[in-house]
Amino acid sequence: TKCVHLPPEVTATSRHYVDRLFDPDPQKVLQGVIDMKNAVIGNNKQKANLIVLGAVPRLLYLLQQGSSSSELRAECAVVLGSLAMGTENNIKSLVDCHIIPALLQGLLCPDLIFIEACLRCLRTVFISPVTPVQLLYTDPTVIPHLMSLLSRSQRTQEYITQIFSHCCKTPEHQTVLFNHGAIQNIAPLLISPSYKVRMQALKCFSVLAYENTQVSMTLVNVLVDEELLSQVFVRMMQRDQPIDMQLTAAKCLTYMCRAGAIRTDDSCIVLKTLPCLVRMCSKERLLEERVEGAETLAYLMEPDVELQRIASVTDHLVAMLADYFKYPSSVSAITDIKRVRHWTLLIEPSQQHTTLHTTLDHDLKHAHELRQAAFKLYASLGSNDEDIRKKITETENMMDRIVSGLSESSVKVRLAAVRCLHSLSRSVQQLRTSFHDHAVWKPLMKLLQNAPDEVLVMASSTLCNLLLEFSPSKEPILESGVIELLCSLTQSDSPALRVNGIWALMNMAFQADQKVKGEIVRALGTEQLFRLLSDPDSNVLMKTLGLLRNLLSTRPHIDQVMSSHGKQIMQAVTLILEGEHSIEVKEQTLCILANIADGNTAKELIMTNDDILQKIKYYMAHSNVKLQLAATFCISNLIWNEEDGSQERQDKLRELGFVDILHKLTQASDPNLCDRAKTAMQQYLA
Amino acid sequence: MAELGAGSLLLGDPAFNYQEAELNERLKRLYPAVNEDETPLPRSWSPKDKYSYIGLSQNNLRVHYKGHGKNHKDAASVRATHPIPAACGIYYFEVKIVSKGLDFLSSLLPLSPIPGWDKHSYGYHGDDGHSFCSSGTGQPYGPTFTTGDVIGCCVNLINNTCFYTKNGISLGVAFTDLPPNLYPTVGLQTPGEIVDANFGQQPFVFDIEDYMSEWRAKIHGMIARFPIGERLGEWQAVLQNMVSTYLVHHGYCATATAFARATETLIQEDQTSIKNRQRIQKLVLAGRVGEAIEATQQLYPGLLEHNPNLLFMLKCRQFVEMVNGTDSEVRCFSIRSPKSQDSYPGSPSLSPRHGATNPNLHSAGADSPTCSNGVTPPNKNKSHNKYPGVSSASSSSSSSPSSVNYSESNSTDSTKSQPHSGTSNQEETRLGENDSEMEIEAEHYTNGVAENPSARIMNGTYKHQEILQAQDISLEDSCASRQLCGGNQAATERMIQFGRELQGLNEQLCREYGKNVTHKKMLQDAFSLLAYSDPWNCPVGQQLDPMQRENICSALNSAILESQNLPKQPPLMLALGQATECVQLMARVRSGSCSFARVDNFLH
Repeated sequence: TKCVHLPPEVTATSRHYVDRLFDPDPQKVLQGVIDMKNAVIGNNKQKANLIVLGAVPRLLYLLQQGSSSSELRAECAVVLGSLAMGTENNIKSLVDCHIIPALLQGLLCPDLIFIEACLRCLRTVFISPVTPVQLLYTDPTVIPHLMSLLSRSQRTQEYITQIFSHCCKTPEHQTVLFNHGAIQNIAPLLISPSYKVRMQALKCFSVLAYENTQVSMTLVNVLVDEELLSQVFVRMMQRDQPIDMQLTAAKCLTYMCRAGAIRTDDSCIVLKTLPCLVRMCSKERLLEERVEGAETLAYLMEPDVELQRIASVTDHLVAMLADYFKYPSSVSAITDIKRVRHWTLLIEPSQQHTTLHTTLDHDLKHAHELRQAAFKLYASLGSNDEDIRKKITETENMMDRIVSGLSESSVKVRLAAVRCLHSLSRSVQQLRTSFHDHAVWKPLMKLLQNAPDEVLVMASSTLCNLLLEFSPSKEPILESGVIELLCSLTQSDSPALRVNGIWALMNMAFQADQKVKGEIVRALGTEQLFRLLSDPDSNVLMKTLGLLRNLLSTRPHIDQVMSSHGKQIMQAVTLILEGEHSIEVKEQTLCILANIADGNTAKELIMTNDDILQKIKYYMAHSNVKLQLAATFCISNLIWNEEDGSQERQDKLRELGFVDILHKLTQASDPNLCDRAKTAMQQYLA
Repeated sequence: MAELGAGSLLLGDPAFNYQEAELNERLKRLYPAVNEDETPLPRSWSPKDKYSYIGLSQNNLRVHYKGHGKNHKDAASVRATHPIPAACGIYYFEVKIVSKGLDFLSSLLPLSPIPGWDKHSYGYHGDDGHSFCSSGTGQPYGPTFTTGDVIGCCVNLINNTCFYTKNGISLGVAFTDLPPNLYPTVGLQTPGEIVDANFGQQPFVFDIEDYMSEWRAKIHGMIARFPIGERLGEWQAVLQNMVSTYLVHHGYCATATAFARATETLIQEDQTSIKNRQRIQKLVLAGRVGEAIEATQQLYPGLLEHNPNLLFMLKCRQFVEMVNGTDSEVRCFSIRSPKSQDSYPGSPSLSPRHGATNPNLHSAGADSPTCSNGVTPPNKNKSHNKYPGVSSASSSSSSSPSSVNYSESNSTDSTKSQPHSGTSNQEETRLGENDSEMEIEAEHYTNGVAENPSARIMNGTYKHQEILQAQDISLEDSCASRQLCGGNQAATERMIQFGRELQGLNEQLCREYGKNVTHKKMLQDAFSLLAYSDPWNCPVGQQLDPMQRENICSALNSAILESQNLPKQPPLMLALGQATECVQLMARVRSGSCSFARVDNFLH
């Protein structure tokens, strides 16, 4: 088993430890394991050596042997747990040796000390990022067995809940745990006398409830010692509780609220959770806490303008967030020390110097984390309320920070910055003022050149707003040659990008001059335009129709576009009107027809197309008023008196029976439709 | 004037009284450190300190504006009856906008038209959401507010900052470096404006207690982590000395010796002296005051002669104990009756409680931090039934300390695990005799099983259970038939005679030292006991409570120590008293943190 080549001086003592595991005398083996245990504590080099020398398979063998004494088995598990406390490589080696199934098997043994040692080792293995969490779910009997072990001791409770909270990463995991009674089994642990148990149980609930309606709905009705769970969480958020507990309890309530289990105007959200999360953003908190606090708060209030308003006035939050950009600074010394301590809880003492080595990297990472969290929170705060947006943009150097955030090296920061920009770009006033003053379009355009899809989605969506007709940035953006870029977006595989691309083009075409419109049509190409008209995503289709409608506005433009692309457009329109589409899509299409009917020469494309005329007739008698209105509008344009050839058109349409329909529509219950029909009828009477 | 009348009319309203009670209760809970005799809390607006444009109603809690309200000159304000006491630590009040106003709010020193516009005044204004600090120009601060909103103002007297709340949400710090002695104030400026104050009459919308809990935790953490640096070793010695002197002071001889051994420290006083004091204390606490006096006179000649007041107090107590049937002068008449012997078995184990430094604790017997001296008799818990007032005080310490003491009385048995040795018996022995003799004699009557020959030879061995049972029976008996002087005629006569002697002593003292009101009262109370058929259930029956022995016991102990040139107060109690005084002093010099650094928070 030992065929590894290492420098002899390194392995001499280590080999001795491994050799003793093979002694025929079980008593000597036990002593060997105990000595090994004492030798590896806090000694990473020793751990690595023992692993390389093949100690793990032998320890696992001893651990699994039914003939081993329970003391020996427990000691083996302890040594393995100690080995797992080393580097990530150690964990990888352990996992490669199939330690997980072996330890899980060990849990079936009745001996509590052995079970606790196995669980402790499993805990250490599973909380490592290198361990595939799926290994916990491979054997379907494992989760129910772990649930049953929760009643054994405070240690089993602590380790199992910690394993759960680290291994619950997907909705499937949530469902598995939920179905095996995680809530009923873990809820009583929230009032355990042990802080560690309470804390791990709380963490479990936070991962179980995240974006999970089923879990959240169940949680609100759970009683712990005759107290509602939400009240237990509220108590855990009290200001004299440890920060970690306050923060995690706030997360639980946030997730329950977002999942719809708690109303956003519930006092436990408004008066407890939200203020607690705002406190977590304060300068006094550790960096990690500030990051998590800000992200959770952003998530909590994202869909609710009232919560956004409350947060915006709570404890100077908007100003407090500005401090997130002032890291690293000299003030952060204290938090650094604390952070190191955090780490040493997870790893054994000898690791400390390694941690300090990486402090610089961490500083940088923390600076990024802080900035992206602040951007996210600003984005959430400003997503609906104009006054809050104003407050944000008036925060010291805010626009500059966003602008520089857009070109940061970290994708996470760039994404958050563009989200923030997007949120603020919903403000007409900001578009007119600060956005223009700071020329945000420049870094935004740069960002669009080369970025991952998620960034592109946000950036292009922001661009849509910047291209609105009243935005002073529209002109410079147009001049920067954005059309090609947007057209290329419409060819993306991502529906969101296609929507944003075509949306931006639509905004650009709104009341644009002929040159711009021509450029759009040229750059996009009719082929692509018609491909978009048959896009499976209805949003894309809607915006494409919108673009068409904007292209087909003002009479000269209509005639020009129709003269060059009339045939294809009419074909597309026919197809859409015949296809299975939503009311909105058909309405938009009928509006395009109405625009075409407004042209001078374009009219004829409809008048000479009996098929289309029949369709218009059909929609005039449709059950949906919106469609009736749009269709009537189209006819009204065709028969408009003051234009050339109106008499012939009126005659033809009368022959086709449109007058009867119009006559009927003058009796319609909808006043708009009624008016529209009457106006149309007047064209005949004049 | 009309509003003020309305206010006084409402005083008889039961709803108002209820509210008043609720207010008192809430204020006490929020600001436990405030001594309202020195610094009353604001409870309403002051009808005196207000502008004429201001009207008050509803017990001076509602403010309305009755001026013209044309410009800033018409602005008016009213302040609360009292400034905010520093001992609050954190002070909070709320105002509900009943009818929309323009400006208002906060704490200020002089009465200025609008809070915040004058020197030393601070305000938060509803019309623009600005905060005003001693000037007419504001800083952007919070949101605006209007009808229906509840605006709160929290003054943190620990870091001298202030923040406001709106509908229960904290708006963040508004002012720093606040001066002391601020008054809650509101200012109004437009006709029709009405605001209602809540100084604690109702629950607050904002969770101020949660905020306080954070500061309490902070300050407790600060105390717990107070750096002692290089003086670490020194501190340990000081602490050990404090514990040791405390034990010695109260005569916990065995515990003190064990402690000294474990910590390798020295005890100043010599063993015999401690034991003597301990015995005298035991006697007093057991109600055998006559014997205590005798022992004192024998061991400390001249002590009582030089302390006639103490002697008189002791004699008075002796008389009370005679009524009780516990003093040996009456007990000797009923020696055959086992019931009277142990009728107060609980009391000898009670140490004097943490004396005058902690008046709060005195009143509540159940919570009092009395500690066992480690000689708890085995039947301890049973005896509780009779005296609920002292019950919980000593129950927690019934077993462990006694094992320490055990080693003293019976060193050969000290390794055994019986928690209840014969130690307790030994404590009730007569003085002036050799220790080993006493032990045996003690067995006779303290257990109340003198007839049981086995009790004599076994000193807390396996038969213990039996003794316990015997005692239980005797206790129940004594409970049922509690009689004057133990129901013995001769004893009663002795008591009457003693009463006359006491009267004589009083007269003698009057002649020598002049009249003494305290003595007269003491004597009166003691004699009053005889006027009732059941002295235990009479208006002056309180005197018979064994708890009453504690004061006289500690007075005697202190006097003995003083006569030996030893401190009459143990340093621990001095330190405790000093800490308590310090905290009170902090309140007077306006250091807000005193409210969360209360000494009783640290006594368990």
